[in-house]
Amino acid sequence: MDAVQLREAIKSRKRADLIFAAAGFLALLVGLVTLLALLVDLAVDGTARLRPEFFTSFPSRFAEQAGILSAWVGSCLVMLVTATAAVPLGVSAGIYLEEYAPKNWFTEIIEVNITNLAGVPSIIFGLMALGLFVYGLGLGESILTAGLTLALLILPIVIVATRESLRAVPDSIREAAYALGATRWQMVSDHILPYSTGGILTGIIIGLSRAIGETAPLITIGALTFIAFLPDLPLRAEFPFFSFQWLSSGFTVLPIQMFNWVSRPQAAFQLNAAAAGLVLIAMTLGMNALAIYLRYSFRKRIKW
Amino acid sequence: MATSDPSSLQSRPAGGTLRYRPLRNLRERAIELILLLAALSSVFTTAGIVAVLLFESFQFFSQVPLGQFLTDTQWTPLFANPRYGILPLVAGTLVTTVVALVVAIPLGTIAAIYLSEYAPAQLREVAKPILELLSAVPTVVYGYFALLFVTPLLQKIYPDLPGFNMLSAGLVIGVMIIPYVSSLSEDAMRSVPMAIREGSYAMGATRMQTALRVVVPSAFSGIASAYVLGFSRAIGETMIVAIAAGTQPNLTLNPTEPAATITAYIVQVSLGDLPHGTLAYQTIFAAGLMLLAMTLTFNIAGHLLRKRFREVY
Repeated sequence: MDAVQLREAIKSRKRADLIFAAAGFLALLVGLVTLLALLVDLAVDGTARLRPEFFTSFPSRFAEQAGILSAWVGSCLVMLVTATAAVPLGVSAGIYLEEYAPKNWFTEIIEVNITNLAGVPSIIFGLMALGLFVYGLGLGESILTAGLTLALLILPIVIVATRESLRAVPDSIREAAYALGATRWQMVSDHILPYSTGGILTGIIIGLSRAIGETAPLITIGALTFIAFLPDLPLRAEFPFFSFQWLSSGFTVLPIQMFNWVSRPQAAFQLNAAAAGLVLIAMTLGMNALAIYLRYSFRKRIKW
Repeated sequence: MATSDPSSLQSRPAGGTLRYRPLRNLRERAIELILLLAALSSVFTTAGIVAVLLFESFQFFSQVPLGQFLTDTQWTPLFANPRYGILPLVAGTLVTTVVALVVAIPLGTIAAIYLSEYAPAQLREVAKPILELLSAVPTVVYGYFALLFVTPLLQKIYPDLPGFNMLSAGLVIGVMIIPYVSSLSEDAMRSVPMAIREGSYAMGATRMQTALRVVVPSAFSGIASAYVLGFSRAIGETMIVAIAAGTQPNLTLNPTEPAATITAYIVQVSLGDLPHGTLAYQTIFAAGLMLLAMTLTFNIAGHLLRKRFREVY
């Protein structure tokens, strides 16, 4: 091969390199453009419906009068149960696996199991909840069932996030605590946990934002699609000031309300669906943005 | 004053403040036990899933022979003359999954190579989180997008396309799982040591040759697990297919036709109020067991694949 041929060969390889880089950039753009198209499409269809009445009205047979009151209240109550169950359970499990667990076949099983659970389709969790919570334990098609189902669904996310942020705390901190005579739990609760709160919080927010958009497992446990009442309020004016009646109440949530409107043939209801979608997406993307911000700010602040 | 029990600090001559505190040990053990129980909750969940699916499916298969379930070509369990062949639902599930993977694997992999090997650090810092937002969008919103944006768009190119079809559902699932593929693949590629790349450059390779022939093969086990995760998400995706692909079981491999997937069938049945304990009620558990079996098979296959191709630096 003489010099001219060599130069040609190098040139063509560099050209191929450039084309490949452009293809990579385009592939990246496809995802981002789709996200943008989705947001614009929803905004164009739904913005007109986003008036205050939309948040304070029950669903209705007339599309113009229909609102999402029961749906967003339902979503909030279900999320309350989910967080109450998933946060202590997930964080405790993460602490056990990272700080306590001996390295043996038994912990290995738990770890493999958590990985596998993260890959199980969400509707399967719904079927489990239908068989176990609704009929097995007799909890009924209630807010409690829904919250517990979603809590189990996001448990792997919380556990993995907890473990990762515990692992990021250097061992010198643990050794210092032990050197001063702290027990294992004192070491974890007074030193390791405060340092990893940021990472754990990020994981919890990501998990909850996933749960708030989940639809399928709640449909299988019998969430209602049309609901024109609110559950009992958790707070009361008279003694004992709170009540747990709402836990056993029937419910709907935002994604299910949206699904109900999407599946109707009339175009007017699909505008409602778009508006509900905007509310939903604002909530999930807002939570994700918060999580990204938290992750970024904690990473910047802590320097070991 | 020495005792035989070394944990008994009581006998130490160090002074009055040090003393043996049995409660302290007890509390530590109790806390450890509580944490262990929390960790076991994930095992209980798995046990619950398997037990419920097997129990209800067992009752189903005591009335419908397994052979009929696996070979019959019609799925009409709610009709007057019921037929229980899972094949149409499996076909629908596989077609939408294949369409999704045809979108997500090339786009996700190329985007990952670009982010890991080409993109400037600042672009990567910004683009990666934004790309990850794709997987945060609620699936019911994607369903809306597939039915009312993607399908009308496709109908402009191909006017015969029905309103419900597996193509647009699959395309949208594909976009949804791009971040699952790209983020994990990018992490895997970034963990390939720089020295390997430098070796390649020193031999005169271009960036593309280094990326495709050195970095990608080295990171293959990580990339493969990204594919397996994407596959799991696509096969179990529910709302997009329930909204955009239709709920009519249809034994076809043509993505432009409407069809039901396993997940869409479960949703359709759950929306109607089926009496607990009937055969029709049990069908959703049998279908769910089939879905779980499919995901598990591919997860195990992926695990073996990963083991086979694992590179040790």
